[in-house]
Amino acid sequence: MKHEATIEEIKRQVRIRSDAKKLLAYSFLATGAVAMAAPFFWMITTSLKEPGAIFSYQRAWWEDWIPLQFVWQNYVAAWKAVPFARFYMNSLFVSLCVTAGQVVTSALAAYAFARLEFPGRDKIFFGYLATMMVPGAVTMIPVFILLRSLGWIDTYKGVILPGVFTAYGTFLLRQFFLTLPKDLEDAAKIDGCSYFGIFWRIVLPLSKPALATLTTFTFMGSWLNFMWPLIVLNTHEKFTLPVGLSYFQSLHHTDWSYLMAGSLMMILPILVVFIFTQRYFVEGIKLTGIKG
Amino acid sequence: MWYRVRAVKGTAQQKFLKSSTVEAVAAFGFLAPNFIGFLLFTSLPVFASLALSFVSWDLFSPPRFVGFENFVRLLQDSLFWKYCWNTIYLMLAIPISMAGSLALAVALNQKLKGIVFFRTIYFLPTICSGVAIYMLWRLLYNADFGLFNLTITKIGEIFHLPLKGPNWLTDEAWAKPALIIMNVWGTVGGYNMILYLAALQGVPQDLYEAAAIDGANSWQKFWNVTWPQISPTTFFIATMSIIGGFQSGFDPAFIMTGGGPNGSTTTIIYYIFNNAFQWHHMGYAAAIAWILFLIIFLFTLVKWKVFGRAVYYY
Repeated sequence: MKHEATIEEIKRQVRIRSDAKKLLAYSFLATGAVAMAAPFFWMITTSLKEPGAIFSYQRAWWEDWIPLQFVWQNYVAAWKAVPFARFYMNSLFVSLCVTAGQVVTSALAAYAFARLEFPGRDKIFFGYLATMMVPGAVTMIPVFILLRSLGWIDTYKGVILPGVFTAYGTFLLRQFFLTLPKDLEDAAKIDGCSYFGIFWRIVLPLSKPALATLTTFTFMGSWLNFMWPLIVLNTHEKFTLPVGLSYFQSLHHTDWSYLMAGSLMMILPILVVFIFTQRYFVEGIKLTGIKG
Repeated sequence: MWYRVRAVKGTAQQKFLKSSTVEAVAAFGFLAPNFIGFLLFTSLPVFASLALSFVSWDLFSPPRFVGFENFVRLLQDSLFWKYCWNTIYLMLAIPISMAGSLALAVALNQKLKGIVFFRTIYFLPTICSGVAIYMLWRLLYNADFGLFNLTITKIGEIFHLPLKGPNWLTDEAWAKPALIIMNVWGTVGGYNMILYLAALQGVPQDLYEAAAIDGANSWQKFWNVTWPQISPTTFFIATMSIIGGFQSGFDPAFIMTGGGPNGSTTTIIYYIFNNAFQWHHMGYAAAIAWILFLIIFLFTLVKWKVFGRAVYYY
């Protein structure tokens, strides 16, 4: 009887300790979440304030966080100040082209590296690997000169093509293809299936997770890419969203309400996409980070 | 009968030869689209930029071969050394952010409800990173009505102290710490936290049970079980962050400070950009890019020599 009581007592203590631990974890996470969210909240508030209201000093502290009236007009004004719709379409076009080109050509090349025998295969693959260590800054200058001599400066293909052919995408997919069981492919080969048939009907359907990862990362990278379009593009109408936003800032350097409205308009679509695809992000990050 | 056997052998060999040729042709078909682009935009430019680093060229007059002059000039260029120091200083964000990522991952790993909610919030800056976020932080750091200085003033009012926040982005002493704080905020809940979370979930539970039987407390369990077990992840994140760190710093500085005040936020990559695309010193820019490559290469080499085996692989 006494024994049982002691066990109960120990169990209770363990429970209390684990509850305390959880409480600690929750309060830590909640503090972190507030710190993460506060700048975004500030962004939304500022975007809804009367332009110039942030300069006024006669106001209660909470007016910094919740404006007295919501000035939706800021969004309309920002939208009209620069061709935002055009920037959106440009960014979407560029990112889709880069992503499609990257995934298709990488998958084809990765299949050759992973499954086919041909002279010089390992040497070429080593060449791919070796360039992965070279910083982008090294190739940036010659590629710019190449585009200039082709007359591709200030064109979409000048923005798109250098982003398509990366060693990284080929490497990622090759590593994944190597993990696929070979039996299915052998069976298809015996049945007289062509190499492309094997690639198209067996390898690709089995590689959806890796393809989804490469697609998401490439699209994100291209959507957020700032430096390369900044270097290549000159005409305002051709700007992608990041470059366009930077141009917008140069026009309205201190019109904070407009700037924040514009920034939010850039963030919102990607936020919506993320909420629906965050599973792929998490899986993809785990997939790419496994090797130590 | 012997000739028959040979004949059969012969056709088999022919068949084999034929099929391996077909395979090679098919392989080059698969490879070609990527390989041509790779040659044009990655592989050949590497060599072209090495060649460029030995010439002086402003894009308009014909290039002039100058030997090692660019590199000699670079070593004597005090601005280059200053920007190297800036780049390394800004990498202070890496250990701070990694510690934060690990702490968050440990907290998230307590089998709590609402993990997805927290993970989403922490991941937000990673998703939104870029120009929009840098513009937001330019506002937060505004000396007069930015969130930071308003908060500092408010705290001062509460405790009756004459507190006044610094001019974050326009004061040489504060610009780099400001960028570091922003960087930590932006990366602490991103890829690294998710990698750490995955690593924590991969630590075998029986190790903790064994430690508990030996009477280890939570702190001891962390340092003697968790930390060694996740060290490959720590090593991976640190390596990738440092390699990335050498090449980073352009976007935030371009949007927020323009590399100033007085060059205090200009990094190596920003200097390359300015040389190549603002001042058209193509050869000099290529030389800096190659020195950057060399730094990264040496770092990787030293890393393998020194730390190659100093991590616990399970």
